[in-house]
Amino acid sequence: MLGLDRKDTILLLVVALMALLAPVLLNPFPVNSPLAQFNAGYPDLMQRFAIFGIFAIGFNILFGLTGYLSFGHAAFLGVGSYSAVWMFKLLGYNVIPAIILSIIVAGLFALLIGWISLRRSGIYFSILTLAFAEMSFRLAYSVLTPLTNGETGLQVYTDDPQILLGDGPHVPHLFGMMMRSSTTIHAGPWEFTLPVGYYVCAVLLLASFYLAIRIFRSPFGMMLRAIKSNQTRMNYTGLSPRPYTLAAFVISGMYAGLAGGLMASMDPLAGAERMQWTASGEVVLMTILGGAGTLIGPILGAGFIKYCENIFSKINEGVLHGWFGGLPDGVENALIWVAEHFVGSGWHLTLGLLFMLVVTFLPGGLVEGGQRIGRFAFRRRDRKASDAESDAAKQRNPAE
Amino acid sequence: MSILEVKDVNKRFGGLQALSHVNLSVAENSVHAIIGPNGAGKSTLLNCLVGKLIPDTGSVMFDGQSVLGRKPYEINQMGIARVFQTPEIFGDLTVIENVLIPCFAKRDGTYRMHAFEQVRRERALVEEAEHMLEDVNMQDKRDMHAASMSRGDKRRLEMAMCLVQQPRLLLLDEPTAGMARADTNNTIDLLKEIKQKRDITMCIIEHDMHVVFSLADRITVLAQGTPLVEDVPENIKGHPKVQEAYLGEAA
Amino acid sequence: MDAIILQILNGLDKGSAYALIALGLTLIFGTLGVVNFAHGALFMIGAFCAVTLQRLFTISYETIDETKTDFLGNPAKVQTPYVESWFGPDVGQAVIDWSVPLAILFAIPIMALVGFAMERGLIKHFYRRPHADQILVTFGLAIVLQELIKHYYGANPIQTPAPDAFRGSFDFGVLLGFDPNHIIYPYWRMIYFAFAAIIVGAVFAFLRFTTFGMVVRAGMADRETVGLLGINIDKRFTIMFALAAVVAGLAGVMYAPINSPNYHMGMDFLVLSFVVVVVGGMGSLPGAVLAGFVLGILESFASMNEIKQIIPGIDQIIIYLVAIIILLTRPRGLMGRRGVMEE
Repeated sequence: MLGLDRKDTILLLVVALMALLAPVLLNPFPVNSPLAQFNAGYPDLMQRFAIFGIFAIGFNILFGLTGYLSFGHAAFLGVGSYSAVWMFKLLGYNVIPAIILSIIVAGLFALLIGWISLRRSGIYFSILTLAFAEMSFRLAYSVLTPLTNGETGLQVYTDDPQILLGDGPHVPHLFGMMMRSSTTIHAGPWEFTLPVGYYVCAVLLLASFYLAIRIFRSPFGMMLRAIKSNQTRMNYTGLSPRPYTLAAFVISGMYAGLAGGLMASMDPLAGAERMQWTASGEVVLMTILGGAGTLIGPILGAGFIKYCENIFSKINEGVLHGWFGGLPDGVENALIWVAEHFVGSGWHLTLGLLFMLVVTFLPGGLVEGGQRIGRFAFRRRDRKASDAESDAAKQRNPAE
Repeated sequence: MSILEVKDVNKRFGGLQALSHVNLSVAENSVHAIIGPNGAGKSTLLNCLVGKLIPDTGSVMFDGQSVLGRKPYEINQMGIARVFQTPEIFGDLTVIENVLIPCFAKRDGTYRMHAFEQVRRERALVEEAEHMLEDVNMQDKRDMHAASMSRGDKRRLEMAMCLVQQPRLLLLDEPTAGMARADTNNTIDLLKEIKQKRDITMCIIEHDMHVVFSLADRITVLAQGTPLVEDVPENIKGHPKVQEAYLGEAA
Repeated sequence: MDAIILQILNGLDKGSAYALIALGLTLIFGTLGVVNFAHGALFMIGAFCAVTLQRLFTISYETIDETKTDFLGNPAKVQTPYVESWFGPDVGQAVIDWSVPLAILFAIPIMALVGFAMERGLIKHFYRRPHADQILVTFGLAIVLQELIKHYYGANPIQTPAPDAFRGSFDFGVLLGFDPNHIIYPYWRMIYFAFAAIIVGAVFAFLRFTTFGMVVRAGMADRETVGLLGINIDKRFTIMFALAAVVAGLAGVMYAPINSPNYHMGMDFLVLSFVVVVVGGMGSLPGAVLAGFVLGILESFASMNEIKQIIPGIDQIIIYLVAIIILLTRPRGLMGRRGVMEE
């Protein structure tokens, strides 16, 4: 289907189904149950799953395929956000022009940065991209205030031109469907929210994912993996690697721009902190945690990190007392003392530990973890069962 | 008719004159070997041919066109392929993918990779690559990880990757270096077979006299950056200058 | 002229910190081949050694002084630090006052222990892994360390003053023949610079004049050969890691009075230090030190009003701009060797 082989089609369909049913799947607990705080099916979080999924898929096209580790991808995300908000300010609240402009501007910006940075490889490339992103971040805060509105962040004011606003809604919308509107379904004690904004993001996530599969399976994708594997041989194969790595860089920059544009479309605000190196680091972590070089890994990584961030950080001491209330006092207090390090504002500690554990024991990321569980469960030993995904996961281990 | 003409090439690294007044002429469809003791400048000469180094003076003409100033990939497009001392292959890719890369690269002579086609849909190219693997007896390793193979197999794969480009000149940099005798003989047989099957010129840089004398039509002896003699193998064997150069190294 | 001298001086303290962190990073990278993203965290832990020692010294007991009353008319409660009651008020006060310099002694064993534990517990498993994995795992570790510090010390910066004797400023201008009060420079920053110079000198001397250092330098040049010589390189690497941790920690201890320690100071310095290391040239110790000072001084020049007027915003981006220019013109940094970390 769609020019994909059977396995990829199944993968795409599974992701599509999960994206479609996310509001239900992510809300498995009834509203009033004590476990309701583990529900992730609220609009804000689901949108973030999809947006960061797109961001990570794009990053993976660069890092997973070519091995070039960019530490400045957040710059493209930030540029995309700013472009989108400018579209809201100048034209009106329809998200289509905003998203298109954010992709274009981020692509051009990536072309410029990539053209310069790809002159170097290895850590020198990483530092160059980092330097460009930090410069963008700092300039956005200081000199470029007329464009970015500095620390306040760029937002839409009532005296902005908005020439195409007409009588449409005064919030971001897609031909009248407001991003923040949603339908709530009550099913017994359960409650499911179906937000418009999330579905817009999900459709674009699927489109991005489909495009990524096509790139992975194309001669271009194969060549990018070849570049990662051996640049010397590539040079003696009649092709200059530069234009191809640059193309991969620009494509992944455009993905980041799309993610940034969507972020602004969900909430018409853009701040410079989106370009900071910590944000760039986050997408690196998502991709590697999920499994760099695999198709589904970045989406898993993005979902996993965003889920932990939102759910762990909401748990406070009161909640812990609720959980451990039935235990003897001494045990309860000891458990709470331990647990409180890891939740609430301490969730970063959990995140840090998770990275260490995953990187140490699962170099292929969550995808490899899933495969190990799968192999353990089905005891399938034959080589054919381990598909391209596991090949890619293995590639992350150094070839001796 | 010579396919490769090297005229008066000089190359200096700091205080070291690596190549001085090197002249070399490789006849089309011949096997030409360049031998010489360590530090004779064999590898430097080779690197000048493929564009990795640029000679200080002199000219390198391939099929009537100068290769100087061109990048390695451009020289490769002209029809010069290279086999390295340690096999340079795409270790992370499968064997068939390794061969597919040059297939796709040179397709229709456009040297372009397409972003949205599907590799598996390109039946003709996949078949071409599979035939190539059969030619080097590797069809049973089709889906193996290239990095996990033995050195001999890596060498075969590298040859396949070069040959599938249908180059007019194949440069081999010590193709049997570090190989056991059996592997060396296999490689010699493979090269002979390749030579039989297609019109190709080979230029071999080699240490191992056994390899050189079983393959070469003509031999150039290089010592201290200058060609000493160039002749057919029978005449090289007993040549006093050659013995002097080699014995000089041993002494 | 006086303004330029002032800016050079101002750049020295930050440059010293960059240089010390970059030195440790390079030691670890050059010997162990590990990209250590937790190095900033070591700097931060050093600074918190100073905080901790200060807190330990000021642990007090409470007595009720019947002779005085507080504003409610109740007998006043008086806090007396234990050190004062043990050593007498004068010595006790002095000990508290000098807690930052004393923290150097306190920090050396702690940092060595932290470094040892890190290397044996985590880093050694990553020698043969790709750099991306090393970056990730040490980044994870940095987050963990940072969060633990945040959990126990809070998120706010903690004032850690230098001893009273060094609190003033020195009028440098007079020394050089300028008018008074033109070039004034805090004593503590001078001490920081001198301290950094001593540490850098000591590390270099250690590497140059001891057999241990000779082996380590050989290991930096060609790790495998040294391993083949039958030298237990692993044990030396552990010691090198501990040494680098101590250097970073001491840089942090002494930096505490300049910038009140907070839990994210390590990360703030880490990114810049990496830029410094790369600009200096991966694997080059003199390069790291040189680049540290150059970038520190350039940063302080760029923050001059005269320059900001010509190129607005330059103070914000100067380090990155210089890094980009250097990397594009000198592919391996100022003093880098060929073939290091280009894969």
